[in-house]
Amino acid sequence: MGPYAKEELLACVIARLLDGARHAAVGASSPIPAAGCFLRKNFDLGFRVSLQQRRASNPFTEGSRELFDLAGQGRIDVFFLGGAQIDGGGAINLVRAEGKRFPGSFGSAYMYGVVPRTILFREEHSRRTLVPKVEFVSARGTPAALLTGKALFSWQKDKRRFRLESVHPGVSAEEIRETTGFDYDAPQQVPGTPPPSPSELNLLRGPVAREIGENYPEFARRVWGSS
Amino acid sequence: MEVVRALIRKKARNLRLLGVPILGLSADLLIGAGCVAEVETSAVSLGEAGLAPRFTDAVEKKSLLVKDATCPAIHCALQAAEKGVPFMPLAGIGASDLLKERKDWKVQGDLVLVPAIRPDIALFHARWADEAGNVWVGRRRELATAAHASRLVFVSFEEKKPGDMLEDEVLAPGVISSIYVSGVAHTPRGAWPLGMPGLYGADDLHVSQYAKAARTRDGFQRYLDEWVHTPRKNSSPA
Repeated sequence: MGPYAKEELLACVIARLLDGARHAAVGASSPIPAAGCFLRKNFDLGFRVSLQQRRASNPFTEGSRELFDLAGQGRIDVFFLGGAQIDGGGAINLVRAEGKRFPGSFGSAYMYGVVPRTILFREEHSRRTLVPKVEFVSARGTPAALLTGKALFSWQKDKRRFRLESVHPGVSAEEIRETTGFDYDAPQQVPGTPPPSPSELNLLRGPVAREIGENYPEFARRVWGSS
Repeated sequence: MEVVRALIRKKARNLRLLGVPILGLSADLLIGAGCVAEVETSAVSLGEAGLAPRFTDAVEKKSLLVKDATCPAIHCALQAAEKGVPFMPLAGIGASDLLKERKDWKVQGDLVLVPAIRPDIALFHARWADEAGNVWVGRRRELATAAHASRLVFVSFEEKKPGDMLEDEVLAPGVISSIYVSGVAHTPRGAWPLGMPGLYGADDLHVSQYAKAARTRDGFQRYLDEWVHTPRKNSSPA
């Protein structure tokens, strides 16, 4: 890695994946997707982000159901989902695996089905999290991409399979093959994920860090030493 | 939260909790204290403090029944109840394994018909109650829906307002009318260690200390002894 935090690289990749989107919603406990969205908002004036987890304010006035009502009408283009397990068929599991209980499916079962561009995000990249087949399908849909702490995959609709798009700085294509539990396609030469540009880093460390600090104080302290 | 601590002290048993649409610290405390037989919820989580340790432990030891749901299904079930209709249709969830476990959800083409949920009791903490028996929840409208759907509604509140909030054009949209309210209790800082938007924030340090302590049965018991069972230490330090 270069002179930037891994969280900053991931936020930049997310901001680039939002190209052409008008409105992204970010669920609870998702500081990196939130940072990617706020970064996008800083250079794309037509872009709107609705953060579900706000401490002081809230984009909704009809209670927590309004997010789902908006999505059901097609007013949300992008949503982020993760999981204790993610499989090669794009299914996610937030309920139970290997005898362990996880929090539960939240709104995933619905959002994956109704939001056109779902970005799968899980920082841990291991055979434990990226599995051939999830033990419980919280949700299944058509993902736009899968981003991990090591690599970016795109989704091939026709084959219903992931394709390795790029590996993050310091990671090799072989390491991805070794640490991924599902099979996927890959080009002969796998490109590296472009690192954050100086202007992206400036935005992240200024306005984005401030905005994130209001809602994810622990995360902001860890990454930017601020809150 | 003050009511949750009181329920633990009273040794409530066999409660069935419904998350609207998720559960958090309150449920974890009640589960750890042995008050809960069953939960229906879309998730149980402590947010930034991570997994809910007593919930996780109880499920892994099979001492708690869980009816897994997804957020919009719970909203639909309560909306059906508040309208007095038997079910509400929901699109989009057809590919989820939740349908295999929720035999009470009926699939009809691309839709799932979610039966109404009519809770015995809605319990929550609000900013204001007034002399007319109304309570104000602001934009937390899921609390209004839960109140409309429930047979009884009990509310702890921060501050008493004189008069009738329904006569105030600015406050009225955030009000739950006294028609629905069974009882209120004045409980300043009653949400602690969670926050009350616009009044005080969550006590993040306390919640993360709880998350750590409650990883073990003994640590949880020590937490209860210190913060729930001990007089004068059972509420906000401020």
